[in-house]
Amino acid sequence: MANTAEAPGAPPQDERVKELSTFRKMMIRPELGAIAGTILVFLLFLSIARDTGMFSPEGIMTWSTVSAQFVIIAVGACLLMIAGEFDLSVGSMIGFAGIVIAITSVSWGWPVWMSIITAFILAMAIGALNGYLVIKTGLPSFIVTLAFLYILRGLTIFGAIFTTQKTIIGGVKDVAQGDWLAPLFGGTVFTGLFQWFADLGWIDTFSRGSRIGQPIVDGVPMLIIWAIILLIGGHILLTRTRFGNWIYASGGDAQAARYAGVPVNRVKITMFMFTAFCATVFATCQVMEFGSAAADRGLLKEFEAIISVVIGGALLTGGYGSVVGAALGALIFGVVQQGLFFAGVESSLFRVFLGIILLLAVILNTYIRRIITGEK
Amino acid sequence: MGEPIIQMRNIEKHFGSVIALAGVSLDVVAGECHCLLGDNGAGKSTFIKTMSGVHKPTKGEIFFEGKPLHFNRPRDAISAGIATVYQDLAMIPLMSVSRNFFMGNEPLKKIAGISFFDHEFANRVTMEEMRKMGINLRGPDQAVGTLSGGERQTVAIARAVHFGAKILILDEPTSALGVRQTANVLATVDRVRNEGIAVVFITHNVRHAMAVGDRYTVLNRGKTLGTAIRDEITPEELQDMMAGGQELAKLEGSLGGTV
Ligand SMILES: Nc1ncnc2c1ncn2[C@@H]1O[C@H](COP(=O)(O)OP(=O)(O)OP(=O)(O)O)[C@@H](O)[C@H]1O
Ligand SMILES: [Mg+2]
Repeated sequence: MANTAEAPGAPPQDERVKELSTFRKMMIRPELGAIAGTILVFLLFLSIARDTGMFSPEGIMTWSTVSAQFVIIAVGACLLMIAGEFDLSVGSMIGFAGIVIAITSVSWGWPVWMSIITAFILAMAIGALNGYLVIKTGLPSFIVTLAFLYILRGLTIFGAIFTTQKTIIGGVKDVAQGDWLAPLFGGTVFTGLFQWFADLGWIDTFSRGSRIGQPIVDGVPMLIIWAIILLIGGHILLTRTRFGNWIYASGGDAQAARYAGVPVNRVKITMFMFTAFCATVFATCQVMEFGSAAADRGLLKEFEAIISVVIGGALLTGGYGSVVGAALGALIFGVVQQGLFFAGVESSLFRVFLGIILLLAVILNTYIRRIITGEK
Repeated sequence: MGEPIIQMRNIEKHFGSVIALAGVSLDVVAGECHCLLGDNGAGKSTFIKTMSGVHKPTKGEIFFEGKPLHFNRPRDAISAGIATVYQDLAMIPLMSVSRNFFMGNEPLKKIAGISFFDHEFANRVTMEEMRKMGINLRGPDQAVGTLSGGERQTVAIARAVHFGAKILILDEPTSALGVRQTANVLATVDRVRNEGIAVVFITHNVRHAMAVGDRYTVLNRGKTLGTAIRDEITPEELQDMMAGGQELAKLEGSLGGTV
């Protein structure tokens, strides 16, 4: 189109469009609230908790691990929220999946890999059921998954007590010895690299006991690897694939998406299953790390996931959001929780702090979103 | 006139106790613009939705290129080459123009065997198509929510024109458009018709219908009053048929012939 100006009816240059400065373009993005929050939180803890060990290799590993836990469930909640739905049963799903692994492997003597796969299949089937019910009944997913929050938690406690007379089932570490699948969730990687860091003196080593000479931080837990994989995978899926476009469309306006030929029901059900998958990854990592499962694990995790997602710039009603933002929201969550602990601040203040960050981030996000989308 | 691309025979559509369509027949030929007229609630939108796979007809038959066909979902109609601009536009305000443009028809490119959304292609085509329709976008990543009503309508039309391989259905496409954009849309209808695409054009505006239509079908309370050919009907007759004759003649008298 070389002769745009001469084409009939085509307006020449648009004098009504102000050239946006590159800086402004860079700033106006869904994640801005989360980026600002992250910077703020790090500045704060660098100033009040620098000398407490929070930024030593061990300290970093502590809050990274906690943040990674939040990232894993936030990625699932984020994609589901953008697709226009909620899952309040995530926390109960975590407890459920953990107990499934422990009962089948410890009490029933199944090989651990089989227990893990069973937990994934069951959890994702329940996720699919959640999605199916939401679509068939037309009820808000808030209600349907709230029902499953109770149903799953109840079943989990009942199942644990019925089979073992306890709500905490230990001994998973022993049965997981030598299993091929368990290290994918409970192992650590880059141990050689960390040993090398220790030899260079960058990481402290144990000076006593059986692990003398070994680094205090011996590698990166698989939990963190999972968080990174889910974050990158989720981000690419959302922004760079056809399915990602369908996720936005299904949450933005399901009817319009259907008119355009988007298989909305399939998209939503798949996202419910993905959320369940993330919850099970979380549960499995936790069971492998602790060597036990407890029926009350995962309490309130659904809200922590949703809060991370909202701090990350997603719209509660769907159709808009960012996986990177949600991961930053999760990072804020983890850093604040651990940072206040390092700084020796009364732990009840954690909630005050979190509430304030939530409010500030959401106000900023709403403002940004209105600029981007023209929402009233 | 050639073979019809699509034939709709005695289409009925009931919504519970409401009979929206009570046996409507119509056929569309390649390279023609078939205007569908009728008052509010006559059943025009319902009728074209049975063509585009949104509604399943309660009764009646559809023949597509001579073969009986049933669309179970909009996707089936789209893949058969039928593109539709719905009256409510079916745009998603939170999404960018180019994401909306290619919604359900995402262009893909393979990198290392994995299919990715080809944003570069989508952005380029979107900007080009919008420029052809006389709209200069700020950018392909501009959200549809920031566009004016008419600009949104233009996106919807440009999208349908781009994907309407065989049949293009436009449900009141000019209702929110300014003079230049309306002229543009009518010119576009003329252009795609000359390319051999069948156009179904719904409008309340007899002047627009006369400007581009080859044949006219008028719906009234879920029934068709018959199909007329361009040279056999005057705008006044068309106007009267749309309103059911009588009353409008009276109204027109009191309004001084301005309707
Ligand atoms: N989903 C539905 N459920 C129940 N009734 C419906 C539904 N869709 C349409 N109708 C009814 O069918 C009739 C025809 O509606 P339709 O939208 O097809 O009219 P139209 O000719 O497109 O009118 P307009 O010119 O105002 O767009 C109306 O009486 C309407 O109330
Ligand atoms: Mg209509």
